[in-house]
Amino acid sequence: MEKFVRLDGLVAPLDRANVDTDQIIPKQFLKSIKRTGFGPNLFDEWRYLDEGFPGQDNSQRPLNDDFVLNLPRYQGASILLTRRNFGCGSSREHAPWALMDFGFRAIIAPSFADIFYNNCFKNGLLPIVLSEDNVEALFKAVVGKEGFRITIDLENQQVIPEEGEPLAFEIDEFRKHCLLNGLDEIGLTMNEADTIRAYEQRRAEQEPWIFQ
Amino acid sequence: MAGKTLYDKLWNAHLVTEREDGSALIYIDRQIIHEVTSPQAFEGLRLAGRQPWRTSASVATIDHNVPTTPFKSAAEIKDETSRIQVQTLQENTKEFGITEFGIGDVRQGIVHVMAPEQGAVVPGMTVVCGDSHTSTNGALACLAHGIGTSEVEHVLATQTLVAKKMKNMRVSVEGDLGPGVTAKDVVLHIIGVIGTAGGTGYALEFAGSAIRSLSMEGRMTVCNMSIEAGARAGMVAVDDVTIDYVKGRPFAPKGADWDKAVEYWRGLVSDNDAVFDEDITIDAADIRPQVSWGTSPEMVISVDANLPDPDAETDDVKRSGMQRAYEYMGLTPGMPVTDIKVDRVFIGSCTNSRIEDLRAAAEVAKGRRKADSVKQVLVVPGSGLVKQQAEKEGLDKIFVEAGFEWREPGCSMCLAMNPDRLEPGEHCASTSNRNFEGRQGNGGRTHLVSPAMAAAAAVAGHFVDIRELEQA
Repeated sequence: MEKFVRLDGLVAPLDRANVDTDQIIPKQFLKSIKRTGFGPNLFDEWRYLDEGFPGQDNSQRPLNDDFVLNLPRYQGASILLTRRNFGCGSSREHAPWALMDFGFRAIIAPSFADIFYNNCFKNGLLPIVLSEDNVEALFKAVVGKEGFRITIDLENQQVIPEEGEPLAFEIDEFRKHCLLNGLDEIGLTMNEADTIRAYEQRRAEQEPWIFQ
Repeated sequence: MAGKTLYDKLWNAHLVTEREDGSALIYIDRQIIHEVTSPQAFEGLRLAGRQPWRTSASVATIDHNVPTTPFKSAAEIKDETSRIQVQTLQENTKEFGITEFGIGDVRQGIVHVMAPEQGAVVPGMTVVCGDSHTSTNGALACLAHGIGTSEVEHVLATQTLVAKKMKNMRVSVEGDLGPGVTAKDVVLHIIGVIGTAGGTGYALEFAGSAIRSLSMEGRMTVCNMSIEAGARAGMVAVDDVTIDYVKGRPFAPKGADWDKAVEYWRGLVSDNDAVFDEDITIDAADIRPQVSWGTSPEMVISVDANLPDPDAETDDVKRSGMQRAYEYMGLTPGMPVTDIKVDRVFIGSCTNSRIEDLRAAAEVAKGRRKADSVKQVLVVPGSGLVKQQAEKEGLDKIFVEAGFEWREPGCSMCLAMNPDRLEPGEHCASTSNRNFEGRQGNGGRTHLVSPAMAAAAAVAGHFVDIRELEQA
């Protein structure tokens, strides 16, 4: 996994609540057996005027000029600012894969759906929860000034807008540790293989049918 | 000391180790695998040179993008990318020695229909799958939830998950359900009450006399849509209904193990003095047949109501969501639900494709015919065994005589990864679980309903109150 320590990036505002994973990456693109290449189809139904399907030359498709990520001022954004319950719906990890592949490294919202939130950390994508009021203030700042940038300092758990006070955010210690060091979670768990085996032995005595 | 909730008990029983930072390793008893969210996980194992920790813990099947027209081999799947995923699962399960119910196997079906049907899920288990509707299996008093592909790989490699304990929420539905009110209406009503993010961060326990009165299949329908209420896991405590359901299933414990298991399972209930972080009670008498009108499962109302007025919504974010939903759905605030015309009907999905669902739909369809204005009515059984049972009971003939199409098992038009889908602008009465934009096909407009309500809409060409139809 890629490390995440500090990020200074352009912010794109997606002013919608309850953005679901079907919107983030529509199902026809889940047929890939790879983890990469989903970026051109991120928010496909909003970004393009025609219907997308796998294997298309996306550069030839008609763009929805009104969609925020198509506006020239937000090109190159690496931080997505959005509204409550982002990532609701399915468990597809293709959603964080698509956001990463597009170029996002962090998402700021008042709340996230559980499975999506969890999936982000497995890929070095940082979901940050800020209060509704703080998110609202950031929306005003980002929309109000072209080129508005935010710095994210994971070590100190701070969102630092180019104007205004730094905002603190919460994150689990374990997840922070993994992100800061780009750690492979499976490798870490394998270090505890003996503990897992001992657990299995105990369980097999109590509930032998589980292991048949 | 306060008593324990069902979720507390399941968590404690599966705790392998707790780390200083508050995260924990929990043991996973059963992993269900399908073709869409597993290829990258198996690839990860191969790249790292790892083997599955315990192959007998996993069971696989194909469901998300299989055609629902008959086919005998992967080569007959026309869509190349779908075919590759089906073949990749075949290759991966073979290479790693995992049981797969594949093409032509009568046990093949939707993951969350197949697993309980086979007894591959029994009470007290932790159950995961790279699919958010894994919560379905919580109906059997399991801790069951969806995971991402990285976690599928983690479970394959270590039989554990890194997890953090969720909070406890109980939703009790008390009293008798009225006529025409099904498990689907119960869960849609619950989502309408607590909202689509109401359960975020919680494990939900469904309780109360109305839940206990439901069959195991009904309980699965309720737990299935926990995720639409924001909760990864939903569950129902063990009772006789649970034990009777599991008994005799192929993977269920037998002989002396059975007796020992039943004794253990009987304890899988929340203690009387257990404390829930949130405790909600709903009066069953308030629940009427439900229809979703918008693009989020919380945008749901009773069939006898008129569509809500966004201007009456005080929350800015919610109001703009409603306005956007009206635009997408092509509907007008204030119009009666029964004025919404349907173009297609879908009866199926992990929410409502079990035998009782098909019986309920057939009861309405019997002796009636699809309205001419309805282009297509798809009936898609949840598994080969459900299909077999339905045919034994003659349900297939009832559907065909009513002008409905009787299909092969799979996820089908719930998410339209296969050829079953809506055209832009079409309204669909659907027994599935998500009414998101484009979910059933680009530009498609989904209305979530129960199987009986879907069949009734197919016959009338628009939504009808099933209670009035029954009187007719």
